[in-house]
Amino acid sequence: MNDELRALYQEVIIDHGRHPRNFKKLDHPSYTQEGYNPLCGDRLTLYLRIADNKIIDASFEGQGCAISMAASSLMTERIKNMPVTEARQLFDAFQNLVTQPDPPKKIREYLGKLTVLGGVRDFPVRIKCATLPWHALNACLNNITKQIVSTE
Amino acid sequence: MSLIDRSAEHSSLPFSKVDWPAIRRDFPLLTQQPYGKPLAYLDNAATTQKPNIVIDSVAHFYRFDNANVHRGVYQLSERATAAFEAARDKIKYFLNAPLREEIIFVRGATEAINLVAQSYARPRLKPFDEILISAMEHHSNIVPWQMVCKQTGAQLKVIPINDNGEIMLDSYRALLSEKTKIVAITHLSNALGSIPPVQKMITMAHAREIPVLLDGAQAAAHFKVDLQTLDCDFYTFSGHKIYGPTGVGMLYGKKSYLEAMEPYQGGGEMISRVSFESSDYNSLPYKFEAGTPNIAGVVGLAAALGYINTIGLDNIRQREQQLLNYATQALEQTAGLRIIGMAKHKASIISFVLDSAHPHDISTILDQQGVAIRAGHHCAMPLMTRFNVPATARASFSFYNNESDIEQLVQSLQLVNQIFSGKMGE
Repeated sequence: MNDELRALYQEVIIDHGRHPRNFKKLDHPSYTQEGYNPLCGDRLTLYLRIADNKIIDASFEGQGCAISMAASSLMTERIKNMPVTEARQLFDAFQNLVTQPDPPKKIREYLGKLTVLGGVRDFPVRIKCATLPWHALNACLNNITKQIVSTE
Repeated sequence: MSLIDRSAEHSSLPFSKVDWPAIRRDFPLLTQQPYGKPLAYLDNAATTQKPNIVIDSVAHFYRFDNANVHRGVYQLSERATAAFEAARDKIKYFLNAPLREEIIFVRGATEAINLVAQSYARPRLKPFDEILISAMEHHSNIVPWQMVCKQTGAQLKVIPINDNGEIMLDSYRALLSEKTKIVAITHLSNALGSIPPVQKMITMAHAREIPVLLDGAQAAAHFKVDLQTLDCDFYTFSGHKIYGPTGVGMLYGKKSYLEAMEPYQGGGEMISRVSFESSDYNSLPYKFEAGTPNIAGVVGLAAALGYINTIGLDNIRQREQQLLNYATQALEQTAGLRIIGMAKHKASIISFVLDSAHPHDISTILDQQGVAIRAGHHCAMPLMTRFNVPATARASFSFYNNESDIEQLVQSLQLVNQIFSGKMGE
């Protein structure tokens, strides 16, 4: 197995892909957002409960590859108890991680565990797998509810 | 150029004498080494690679014969026209079509189906009329009919398939009625590899005077298609899936239908006389060939059909059945693998899922091992729903593939299993 493949399928990703955290429907969510990648058919629903401009709970359901499952799992873990304004920052940082050839150290440190998804950089067609839940999150944050967001 | 230089002797070769390794060498792309590994190109249902003779014929056309067709009164144009029209004859013979003017050049099978939907079906359909397709159609044999249903108020009905991926003929019989205005079915499922009993289905439809369109996008490259025996009313295929160039394909239609149909597009070539008040349409096949066609593509397609004939479709079918059997057995021994589509009559296409990994993860890992397969819904989303899978991985084999390609596939799948079982050795 080569280095790029090893970087893509790190243990954390395999683990979260097979056993995604927060994989459930949320009772009484404030926001529900579908995310869909028509290229591969990956489909997920993101649930957020928000109070006082803070994400107090997050979960998701859906079907997809290891990358999109792990990305959703890791994202929902991270954004729980996060102020909405910071979640926007986190979205930008994550976009930077997966699209820029050499993301700055500051961004890597800020993203912490989420950097395991940086390996998709070397697999252009798989970047959308990693960003699918994040686009759903962004749509929630923009108060665009009940609409399907697409990675296209 | 192993094959073509000896075409005369090859054309009559018995199966045991065909030099398959030499044939593989006719395809220059297959010699490349992605990631330093031999290329196992197993996405032939998406598009096939091109032999030298096709690449050279397209280049030769642009170098020496390029001119517009049916227009110029000069030698070059006459030569281009001759090459273009000779290709029409080659297709007629390749498919054993009754008449050359029944062969219409289009961009591909997709455009051919849209042409029939809009020019044949649309003016004839009334609300509550029915169009019959099968549960294993490609989107290109679903969406054009949905569009025409929306335009006319007609309804799309779907012939179900069983768990093996075979048409349920009793259901088909029950669905055929006086409301049915056209039956449109695949001649070979791109996602499952199933070959439906089209001859029987055509006979059943014709008993009720219902015309039948066969989508031959996949079939034409894998086995002999005899239009006079089939007696279907429309047949379509795409050049690029039969070792020819992209952007060129063919619609066959029975003359009686084509003559009664309005043109699909207006423009040059398809008219015999134009004034600002009205125009007279050209005769068949030109009535349906508006604008400058893909001349070089047509020339390349003719070269591809000639190449296939030198190998022989019976030989091709036999070789591909060997590869299908070899691959089916090897894949069935792979841990956690399930083949989707176990029809009794199958061509060399295998869809599968793995317990350990999603098709996209499989495809990414296989790619790094030099194995190119398709992962996804194969433009057949309703079929994925039928089998309750979001997507499948699909390996599709051509006569130029070999047992080593299949070994490479199976070993790479074992690597996928290792990676996803968390037992990855260094």
